[in-house]
Amino acid sequence: MFDTLQDRLAATFKSLRGKTRLTEADIDATAREIRIALLEADVNLAVVKDFIAAIRERARQVELSQALNPAQQIIKIVDEELVAILGGDTRTIRFAKNPPTVIMLAGLQGSGKTTLAGKLARWLKSEGHSPLLVAADLQRPNAVNQLQIVGERAGAHVFAPEPGNGVGDPIQVARDSIVEARRKLYDVVIVDTAGRLGIDQELMQQAADIKAAVSPDEVLFVVDAMIGQDAVNTALAFQEGVGFDGVVLTKLDGDARGGAALSIARVIGRSIMFASNGEALTDFDVFHPDRMASRILGMGDVLTLIEQAEKTFDAEQSRKAAEKLMAGGRGNQFGLDDFLAQMQQMRKLGPMSKIFGMLPGMGQFKDQINAIDEKEIDRIEAIIYSMTPAERADVSVLNGSRRARIAKGAGVTVTDVNNLVNRFVEARKMMQSMAGSIPGMPGGGGARQQKQQVKKKRKQGNPARVAAREQTRSKPAVAPGAAFGLPADDVDVQSAMKDFQLPPELQNMFKNQGNSPFGR
Amino acid sequence: MPWDNIIFWIIFAGVVVCIAIASVIIWRSNHRELGAPPEAPEIRPAVAETLPAVVEPEVGLEVPEAAGTRMARLRRRLAGSNNALARGLADLLARDRIDPDTWDDFEATLISSDLGVGPTTELVESLRSRLAIDGVAEPARARAVLREELLRLVDPTMDRSLALKGTGGLPAVVLMVGVNGTGKTTTCGKLARVLVAEHKSVLLGAADTFRAAAAEQLATWGARVGVETVRGPEGADPASIAHEAVTRGMRDGVDVVLVDTAGRLHTKTGLMDELGKVKRVIEKKAPVSEVLLVLDATTGQNGLVQARIFRDVVDVSGIVLTKLDGSAKGGIVVQVQRELGVPVKLIGLGEGVDDLAPFDAAQFVDGLLGE
Repeated sequence: MFDTLQDRLAATFKSLRGKTRLTEADIDATAREIRIALLEADVNLAVVKDFIAAIRERARQVELSQALNPAQQIIKIVDEELVAILGGDTRTIRFAKNPPTVIMLAGLQGSGKTTLAGKLARWLKSEGHSPLLVAADLQRPNAVNQLQIVGERAGAHVFAPEPGNGVGDPIQVARDSIVEARRKLYDVVIVDTAGRLGIDQELMQQAADIKAAVSPDEVLFVVDAMIGQDAVNTALAFQEGVGFDGVVLTKLDGDARGGAALSIARVIGRSIMFASNGEALTDFDVFHPDRMASRILGMGDVLTLIEQAEKTFDAEQSRKAAEKLMAGGRGNQFGLDDFLAQMQQMRKLGPMSKIFGMLPGMGQFKDQINAIDEKEIDRIEAIIYSMTPAERADVSVLNGSRRARIAKGAGVTVTDVNNLVNRFVEARKMMQSMAGSIPGMPGGGGARQQKQQVKKKRKQGNPARVAAREQTRSKPAVAPGAAFGLPADDVDVQSAMKDFQLPPELQNMFKNQGNSPFGR
Repeated sequence: MPWDNIIFWIIFAGVVVCIAIASVIIWRSNHRELGAPPEAPEIRPAVAETLPAVVEPEVGLEVPEAAGTRMARLRRRLAGSNNALARGLADLLARDRIDPDTWDDFEATLISSDLGVGPTTELVESLRSRLAIDGVAEPARARAVLREELLRLVDPTMDRSLALKGTGGLPAVVLMVGVNGTGKTTTCGKLARVLVAEHKSVLLGAADTFRAAAAEQLATWGARVGVETVRGPEGADPASIAHEAVTRGMRDGVDVVLVDTAGRLHTKTGLMDELGKVKRVIEKKAPVSEVLLVLDATTGQNGLVQARIFRDVVDVSGIVLTKLDGSAKGGIVVQVQRELGVPVKLIGLGEGVDDLAPFDAAQFVDGLLGE
């Protein structure tokens, strides 16, 4: 889709090698690229301007180190600044000294307040609180019903004295809910209000009245990650009309870059407390500023990919396949059946273009990746399905007549079958020789190394460009998450991703790859 | 037929990525097991506190507003006064000389309406050259030029009528699709009212079986104007309900069947496949005459990605731009229309039951310009 900032900057800095400091012209070019990248991510224009000014200032002072390339250095600066703004002061819910703690949700229509109420209730319950959901959205048809069902799923009680659909006074409902919570000893009250527009004076007044009636400990502004330039106007209107203490970003499971998060954090100065990323009640997380920063910049987000995989993968099966693949030497245990199973797991993650898009540094291969026809995978699947289990497990038994039968079964030519089998054998051999060159490879413990292997492997996708790529390969050793109290393992994976360097023998291998017999 | 070498390698790489990711997952979960105490105690099932039976307020059938009179009312609303572009434009025109800064500001105001970097640059370029050729610049003239350029971008020549004539005695089928929370159900309800006002017989199909109480929401809309809603149990297969709705529509000889679907993010492959199935299943009974993609005016650049993927899956034939009554002006549709060639057909302008209007290019541009 869009060029990532990394690619754009890499192009800008092509001629920059050997300088020790960025010139004014370089900085201008950089600023322009960053500006476009941020605007395409829906960051508010005024925020972009401020932000660029800050980056310029820092870029001017930067000493170009010979070890890192300038694009990476600039990106590091941008990334740090983004994380600093997004991370502001991260905090979670403040609980009242005298229960109940009152949390009020406000936002535009369709931003996901009711669903969020359920998620919040479920989360609070798992933390040992007893939440009460309050149906104060009496506007939208059947919003009350929706909250009741959501509440039931979350295992939380719902206070809904009014039927809704335009009937009843939300302010009174909110007020009564506090009395109810005191009486029945709920310690958290979550007030779900109707969606409203920032410019609707009447409804904003109503929201302010609800706030006055329940004096909430936290007013959360719920905003959709897909929102565009209007995010700031809307947030300002809510800030003036109601006033809020924290922001919740919803629908992060889409592929919107979510620049709104930056705009709001910068302009309003309120921290983003939660991120909601799915339709299930459990898809709810505290906000990670560093991930959001990568996302806004359109850089790959490996952690998100891993988390997604965590939900869909049969990890045990993959681990076995990995062990087989790395077992090396004479074994050749990794058969087409394993290959097929992994291919199917991969498809569960989404289209290939999306998976690769989430990996960092894949920008160069964008065109090839976009050109992948998913049907190609179907063809491979069909061929493998046409084999007997024994053939899948050990491809060496495939003789001419078996191949002819398979081709017939899959509706392809014998050449296609041959191609698949030959390439598969080659690929397997290559993986195994690599496994030999890196100690501690197989199994779960070797995750870091395996991850690195993947990157190398991927590069074979385009042998012609490997050489060029090797030169830009040396990545800065930064772990941007480290300073922000991330859990250790996350930092570990991240830095592993960034530290990565190819062992020399592998570099040679990829260079040879261009002339290898199957590299036609 | 030679296989494309690269494709195989990419696929194989993908497989290896999967394996690696799985390893990371196991590694991470091992870590967690060592450190963290077991997950939170399981949630006790609790019974939602229900109120004494909801009494549906007694209302007679409402008579929807006729299409003609609503236009005048909605035009006023579209031309909202707090409009960044209008203000920026006024500023621009108030200056005597157009210097680079002015152009920058102008570009900025266009970007603020979510027009996108590409179209904005293009617009500013062509405006610049036209003003340079004509020599500048009494404000009224510059404004007229801008209006013209914007209008050209929005392209008033596209066919924006809804195809609501069923072929061969079959009912016309309209499928409503979009991401979560853009207002599909509300638009369905409003559209049903418009059709009723035009004396067409309508049947609603509540194929949103996922979101809690979505079917009820649609049924409430329908009941207000005496339109029947076909619905199934929560969690049922949406395709079966769509099929049922169309079958019923054919049996009862209605003019239009409106099928509401669950909101789905375009990135969820499984859900998009489900949507494709809904459409295929309907087509076994009757051709789908309109697939309307509902886009929210607040949506930013992601709207384009959404539109592209929905088009690939269900071949969107028109766009409904909702929530235009807010401060967002929905500039993204300009890009969507231009890149995908799918016209905007309807606009939603508020929570009022009759706040749905046909899209009018000139009016939309005037709205952007704050006229």
